Amino acid sequence: MFDVEKIRAGFPILKREIYGKPLIYFDNGATSQRPARVVEKMDEYYLNRNANVHRGVHHLSNICTDANEESRRTVRDFIRAASEKEIIFTRGATESINLVAYSFGERFIGKGDEILVTEMEHHADIVPWQMLCERKGAVLKVLPFTDDGVLNLEELDRLLAGRVKLVGVVHASNVLGTVNPVKKIIEKAHAAGAKVLVDAAQSIAHTEIDVQALDCDFLAFSGHKIYGPTGVGVLYGKEALLEEMPPWQGGGEMIREVRFEKTIYNDLPFKFEAGTPDFIGIIGLGEALKYVGGIGLKAIGAYEEELLKYATGRLQEISGFRIFGTAPEKTALISFQVGKIHPLDVGTLLDRMGIAIRTGQLCAEPVMQHYGVHGMARASFAMYNTREEIDVFCEAIRKIETLLGAGNA
Amino acid sequence: MTIQEKEQEIVEEFAVFDDWMDKYAYLIELGTALPPLDEQYKTDENLIKGCQSRVWFHAELKEGRLWFSADSDAIITKGIAALLIRVFSGEKPQDIAAADLKFIEEIGLSQHLSPTRSNGLLSMVKQIKLYAIALTAGS
Ligand SMILES: Cc1ncc(COP(=O)(O)O)c(C=O)c1O
Repeated sequence: MFDVEKIRAGFPILKREIYGKPLIYFDNGATSQRPARVVEKMDEYYLNRNANVHRGVHHLSNICTDANEESRRTVRDFIRAASEKEIIFTRGATESINLVAYSFGERFIGKGDEILVTEMEHHADIVPWQMLCERKGAVLKVLPFTDDGVLNLEELDRLLAGRVKLVGVVHASNVLGTVNPVKKIIEKAHAAGAKVLVDAAQSIAHTEIDVQALDCDFLAFSGHKIYGPTGVGVLYGKEALLEEMPPWQGGGEMIREVRFEKTIYNDLPFKFEAGTPDFIGIIGLGEALKYVGGIGLKAIGAYEEELLKYATGRLQEISGFRIFGTAPEKTALISFQVGKIHPLDVGTLLDRMGIAIRTGQLCAEPVMQHYGVHGMARASFAMYNTREEIDVFCEAIRKIETLLGAGNA
Repeated sequence: MTIQEKEQEIVEEFAVFDDWMDKYAYLIELGTALPPLDEQYKTDENLIKGCQSRVWFHAELKEGRLWFSADSDAIITKGIAALLIRVFSGEKPQDIAAADLKFIEEIGLSQHLSPTRSNGLLSMVKQIKLYAIALTAGS
């Protein structure tokens, strides 16, 4: 049984107050909170077990190396990858995408080739491809979405008829909430001979992912958005593809043999992990995934869907409340504007009421341009949020509307 | 009135509110009342960088004194801009350049002061000072 009170009890920060009001944390899209269990696990390693991984002959080094590799297997199982060789630890989703843009790009992208991204990508899934295009003389193409926040799949067929070598698509949009039909997109892309990278930064904590069922070539996510530590993330890549790709950073760990004449690179996954990794972060991530796995993403997803439905219904009762992104399948977030009130004013006033949300361009300027706005406010939920919090949020929005007058600019 | 006296006046005005909501309501009132900035001055040059809302500050030198006007698409930001205009407009560039603002903290809006804050209060003050310093250096 999904017990939200029990879950909340595991997150000390949820007990704190902001300006004397109980914290309502609705900025989970930016980063989730961490349960004590994850931090305690990391503390234990920092304080009692620390030693560098893959290097020492000594006891502690072995303990950390084992834990590091156990986390890799936890990630493998979590996303149902075929092998732990396909799990590369990075600093986060951003670094994972950059790794592919660099390494896959180095090997497979040439002049006149095309990279296809969607209009709803986070900057992290745009800019690395632009940099690649600049290096290689390749061309960036964009798959548009309709005003309700749904990708235009007919346009996809037309675009894939070109020289597309790689498609970058966000699994769940961090602005619109749309859960994209990635399986279908992957099928179409593969039929056209293109590889696909799925940006799972916003979906990893909310829905089950099976990389083999999806048949994606790459998948990227960050630990800090799934109750894990900051500074650690994952790149999944199909083994055969990763084998063909050159390393992107050189250093320790990623080598088998170093001679001044020639260096031989290490096997997967270490080939892509130069230098000392954030092994304690990696261990923390493993703990977070075990924690989430224990509750179950099915139960989490169902609970959050209810929350989203409830919040959407309640908020729509408020005159002038405009929701951006109304796709039939959405992850638990709502981007919005209240009348003509500037999102910054909304965010500032909510903050004073103890409610944390995100405002601004949400790292997705093309989405802002699509709607012709300078910014939005976004409430993004996690499994520890409650209906009661949404009620307080709705009340707060009404208060702000009264204070500012809905028509006020 | 000197810059300091104007600051003191603002502090006294805000002192009557003990509820944060009333403070913000007053800021919003000030923002709403701020005369609109002539469209010709809403240029990229006058746009304050480092702010989530768009804020424009226009400065004019008349008889050795600086006069400011401003606008923003966020009303709280505009209210803060109105306070800054009240404090600095009509002052000598050298006085503006040397001013050490205290009132923001004293009226309990210091959470707007941190350099990472997106509302750009610090950027506004910096821009005002830059205008003043440029003119002081030029004279
Ligand atoms: C959809 C999406 N992709 C990528 C990222 C980048 O994640 P990170 O900053 O953790 O690398 C984010 C984070 O905001 C995101 O929402």
